[in-house]
Amino acid sequence: MLYFAPWKKALVLGLCLLGVVFATPNLWYDLADDAGQARREIAQLAEFGGTPDAELTARAEQWPSFAPVNVVNLGLDLRGGAHLLVEVNIEDVVVERMQSLRADARQALRDAGVRQYTNLRAEDDNVSVRITNAAEIDLALEALGGLAQQVTDLSLGAVTPDLLIRPEDDQRIRISLSETEEREVVNRTMNTSLEIVRRRIDAAGTREPTIQRQGERRILIQVPGVGSAEELIDLIGTTAKLSFHMVDSTTGNLTRAPGPGKIIYPDIEDVGLGYIVDRRALVSGEELDDAQPGFDPQTGEPVVNFRFNNSGARKFGRATAENVGRPFAVVLDGEVITAPTIREPILGGSGQISGSFTVESAQQLAILLRAGALPASISVLEQRTVGPGLGADSVAAGQVATVIAFVAVLVFMFLSYGTFGLFANIALILNVAMIMALLSVIGATLTLPGIAGIVLTIGMAVDANVLIFERIREELRRSKGVARAIETGYERAFSAIIDANVTTFIAAVILFAIGSGPVRGFAVTLGVGIITSVFTAVMVTRLMVATYYDKRRPKTLEV
Amino acid sequence: MRLKLVKSETNFDFLGLRKLAAIVSAALVIGSIAIFAIMGLNFGIDFRGGTTIEARTQGPADLAVIRSVTSGLGLGDVSVQEFGRPDDVLIQVEEQPGDGDAQMEVVTIVRVALEEALPGIEIRRVEVVGPKVSGELIQAGVMAILLAVGAVLIYIWLRFEWQFSLGAVAALVHDVIITIGVFSLVQLEFNLSIIAALLTIVGYSLNDTVVVFDRVRENLRRFKQKPLIEVLNLSINETLSRTVMTSVTTLIALLSLYFLGGEVIRGFTFGMILGVIVGTYSSIFVASVILLWLGVKRDWSKPDPEAAGVQFGSPDAP
Repeated sequence: MLYFAPWKKALVLGLCLLGVVFATPNLWYDLADDAGQARREIAQLAEFGGTPDAELTARAEQWPSFAPVNVVNLGLDLRGGAHLLVEVNIEDVVVERMQSLRADARQALRDAGVRQYTNLRAEDDNVSVRITNAAEIDLALEALGGLAQQVTDLSLGAVTPDLLIRPEDDQRIRISLSETEEREVVNRTMNTSLEIVRRRIDAAGTREPTIQRQGERRILIQVPGVGSAEELIDLIGTTAKLSFHMVDSTTGNLTRAPGPGKIIYPDIEDVGLGYIVDRRALVSGEELDDAQPGFDPQTGEPVVNFRFNNSGARKFGRATAENVGRPFAVVLDGEVITAPTIREPILGGSGQISGSFTVESAQQLAILLRAGALPASISVLEQRTVGPGLGADSVAAGQVATVIAFVAVLVFMFLSYGTFGLFANIALILNVAMIMALLSVIGATLTLPGIAGIVLTIGMAVDANVLIFERIREELRRSKGVARAIETGYERAFSAIIDANVTTFIAAVILFAIGSGPVRGFAVTLGVGIITSVFTAVMVTRLMVATYYDKRRPKTLEV
Repeated sequence: MRLKLVKSETNFDFLGLRKLAAIVSAALVIGSIAIFAIMGLNFGIDFRGGTTIEARTQGPADLAVIRSVTSGLGLGDVSVQEFGRPDDVLIQVEEQPGDGDAQMEVVTIVRVALEEALPGIEIRRVEVVGPKVSGELIQAGVMAILLAVGAVLIYIWLRFEWQFSLGAVAALVHDVIITIGVFSLVQLEFNLSIIAALLTIVGYSLNDTVVVFDRVRENLRRFKQKPLIEVLNLSINETLSRTVMTSVTTLIALLSLYFLGGEVIRGFTFGMILGVIVGTYSSIFVASVILLWLGVKRDWSKPDPEAAGVQFGSPDAP
């Protein structure tokens, strides 16, 4: 028990050394952080065959190149930043799909010669029609069946149709998305949304944003260093669906029936004014190649200049050539920005949107148009923003609290257990170093509750040692020899240590699994702290106690 | 000379106090439930939805001015209070009708109004939780606590006997209920981090209980003829020094955090301090008393007294 095999001694010492080495960068946080960043940039450059400039090299050389450079990530609550949880309204996509499916169904029925039907309508998630002539039902089913396409279901590994077409009572036929296709729609929409949100945030020039999918239809966005999330919300929350439509007429009644194939869009400025336009767009924003903010050379007003890609330019050229003298509407997210009259065919594929823009709004619209439209609208569910001032204050307060707690516990342990207390203290210091090292290496994020977790671990880490020392005291009272007392002390205390720490660890795991954000940060430090504290108490102090006993061979022992 | 909080050998008759302890615990639990039922918890926006804005003014904040500015915005119930220091204010706006986007607008409205009325004000923190998320957070919080208690019940049952498991869980539930009762009483904000504190209390309280139980298990094997009540008393006395030591070191750390760690985590540390105190009490006076009432099976399958208590074996054993 008191004998440590040389390899074991080396292993324990090696682990302690590693802990200290990997924790060191945190002592010079800013320096190491900056050097680490520079190193990553250099590595990235090297990948593309570039060479770093002098400044970058100098930054990287602030920190010895052989030493580990990873530091603990500070959470948004410590360094300031914005945290947004948004939900993608996938229903939008399905509703739109049903609208176009309805048009396709009408066409398919016409092509198949099914004439006697009523009530062809699109609901939120299905399209239904009633075939009045019972004899034509089979024909209709066959015609509508032609609308379905085969898609591969990756989870089933099979090919299934994307639409379910079922006859119902009362000679109705209902078309809806198959389960496979529903899943596909969700995944497609989420992937596109993620990509577009990422492009928009990158275009706005923020550094190190985290953008990840969460759950089925949510996106978590974390942007450090942003003091206010409002601009971010404007940037993300806008669908930015741009389209060009021919205008039929204007109306003052926004709720009137627009007529078949038409739709009413309100004017963005003029409340009460609406435009009756063709539901079908001439060209949509997807065919934009570029959009830039600029100024109208004549009026000096801010405008957005855009350029279509080839097919967009062709479509737009043909449409404007056919409709000279008529107005068309530029529609953004269901509102008409402007409705100029076509004076001559626009063949080059470039154009200019003028509305009542400010310089900022023109710039923002250009970013949004460049990044592309979101496939569905987005709603913000949760926002947490911490200003840099508060973050810095929290770091300072956390540091002070940790240091004071640390010193107080060290003193208390020494007073209570003397030499053995000193052993426990060294183990405690190593313990904190190991926590920092592990957090740095696994790239965990340290939050304010995370600091609380470390402080709590400091308080609780001594528990294992206390259990052992108290046990040794007891065994000494039972007048066993010193060596025997130490041995049984460790042996007997072991099951209590394991049981006590496993239960706390269970709580930490559950916190991690269920918690979010800062709470998760707490769970991580608590969990890591439990592992390192058991290791340091059981292995490190025992190594010290064993070495001490070996050297001194004390006849009596005071613990 | 050593600092000793508890003298080397104690012989307190803890379980002799079990009637008193039962009365105290029952009173505390029933009182907590009653307070909770009457006053309710002061739920933070994590669970209630709504907006929290922390701001720092130049010079001491004039709460009256801020109140009149914010209450004139038509945002419903707005609370304004000092937060840690005289120039820090915490403004809480109740959940607005409508979805998450309606909540987000509150921030802009309040910010603009404040900046106009109090030039130089610094918005330090903004938290907005929409109705959808707050509902889920409540669910997740309750789920986390139930899961933790359940997992622990099973773990202790596996490692000990079902009587121990029930005793430990009763102590846990006791601690959680009392903590919630105190939070209702002082109307401290109950938010996500308090759930984290509750879970840590679950962990800590258990830690304590398990250490006592571990000794009970060992002593039951060692003293086969001793009445259960004496075994329990002996075990608690034997572990008393450790119980006090660990509670004190943990409390030292927590108090440091409470006074120096900043306003944001004060509620969290308060919950933990409470938990450590209640948890220490309950492992002696709730867990052990329940164990006494339930009785334990004395017929342990391993008769060797020397091997008793070591279930995992020592790490060095061949």
